Amino acid sequence: MKKYITDFTIIEKHIFNENYFSLTLQHPQHLPEIEAGQFVEVYIPDNKEVLLRRPISIHDVDRDANTIKLLIQKVGKGTSTLASMHEGDILNLVYPLGHGFSQQGNNPLLVGGGAGIAPLLYLSKCLKAKGITPTILLGGRTEKLIPSREEFKPFGTLALATEDGSIGEKGLVTQHPLFQGSYDHIYTCGPTPMMKAVARYAMAKGIPCEVSLENLMACGIGACLCCVVDSDQGHKCVCKEGPVFNANQLTTWINN
Amino acid sequence: MLQTKIHNLVLKNPVMTASGTFGYGEEFADFIDLNRLGAIIVKGTTGERRQGNPYPRMAETPAGMLNAVGLQNVGVETFCNEVYHRIKHLDTNVIVNVSGSSIEEYCKTAAMIDALDNIPAIELNISCPNVKKGGMGFGTDPAMAAQVVSEVRKIYHKTLIVKLTPNVTSVVEIAKAVEAAGADSVSLINTLLGMAIDVERQRPCLSTITGGLSGPAVKPIAVRMVWQVAHAVKIPVIGLGGIGSAADALEFLMAGARAVQVGTANFIDPTVTMKIIDGLGDYCNRHGIKDINEIIGII
Repeated sequence: MKKYITDFTIIEKHIFNENYFSLTLQHPQHLPEIEAGQFVEVYIPDNKEVLLRRPISIHDVDRDANTIKLLIQKVGKGTSTLASMHEGDILNLVYPLGHGFSQQGNNPLLVGGGAGIAPLLYLSKCLKAKGITPTILLGGRTEKLIPSREEFKPFGTLALATEDGSIGEKGLVTQHPLFQGSYDHIYTCGPTPMMKAVARYAMAKGIPCEVSLENLMACGIGACLCCVVDSDQGHKCVCKEGPVFNANQLTTWINN
Repeated sequence: MLQTKIHNLVLKNPVMTASGTFGYGEEFADFIDLNRLGAIIVKGTTGERRQGNPYPRMAETPAGMLNAVGLQNVGVETFCNEVYHRIKHLDTNVIVNVSGSSIEEYCKTAAMIDALDNIPAIELNISCPNVKKGGMGFGTDPAMAAQVVSEVRKIYHKTLIVKLTPNVTSVVEIAKAVEAAGADSVSLINTLLGMAIDVERQRPCLSTITGGLSGPAVKPIAVRMVWQVAHAVKIPVIGLGGIGSAADALEFLMAGARAVQVGTANFIDPTVTMKIIDGLGDYCNRHGIKDINEIIGII
């Protein structure tokens, strides 16, 4: 899939809370083909402490409005700079990067945690467009760590789990009653321990499972070889050969 | 106007891409016309496939980054049998960076690359800081550096560039040693050995604890070393270290580099090499320079 470097305009900034915000970015022309699960590398402007671009999942795509939405967690200098930007500002993106989700399965389960819910919104939208209604299970330590959850509602059966019980079932996503339903495909993105638990369960049940990884990255296009995961076939670049991997390619990683 | 020469290599312009920052060139084909580059130096290649170091291998630091990739590569056989055939038709100089843990490994790899018609040069990497055996070990001792270069020289017949490490007391001494051993050119600098600590987690940022520093932070050191070496050797010098603009490249050229390599900046802007080439042309026009070689080594 062809990659581009393009200036986008921030047309909407939404602040969920002190941890999360979203930016809706408009392309000057029609957007190229983008898969659910792909990501962008965002140039961080006007911050001398930040050298490298930041990889951020594509949260949503609106082909009619030519917009990409990013859900961003404030974690460091790069994302804090993005949080200080305003509607009308320009952001330069290298995109769309990596391989997305396969969109297989007629009765799929989507499991997201924290910022990892980001790529699952566009995935659920794409599945819905194919006539598939996914079960969407989102979790976080507390209610405010599951931002943008309302946006998932039109695209599937939404269920929530929080460790403090502030919304949804109290506990981990893997303890939610809906987790053990009969699904034919599982997609997961979120904290590493959560993804490993989900993948171990799926593999034990023989359900095809795809995990979306987030490693520290420099280039985002498979040139620097910094973001590798120790797959069953050796080191693989998360940026180029991922970020979505079949769980059965990562059995060592999952079981460690 | 921008044409320059490194030994027998004719470069359309002095802008090359630095090994380990540009993959095999293909990764950048969506963004730029690879044929406009003076040369592409592909990923460090070893006698056997290598997995490299464990993750994490990268840490951002002020105006720079540390890496500890550790020469992950497909190995020379796969390079010759597969990768080469994908990139051999490029209308630019495709140069292979050759690395190893022993003189035998360097020679084996260099000999296999020598047999490839469309690879006019190798860059002998005696300066990788991220491998346990060999690598920088060959580049920090003048006698060992001379030995590996003279052995490779015996079996390698095209342009032989030797990439030098800055992690030495006197880079000039190493440069003179490899020149005497038969190098056709030297490129410098490889990364500076560095280290960063995540104080919250109370752990080193890299799995290998130490790694190689690159990016704008190293540029003044690189310019100084290029200037010192260019005044000490007769073979052409290729300058690299923190180049991200035409002005940066011009500093190296004026310090005595006959060509430059762009590395870390490719990660930040995959089109940066084209901007540098255009910027060099603009500079020449602005200053009434008819041939870029007029300004090489003017300092």
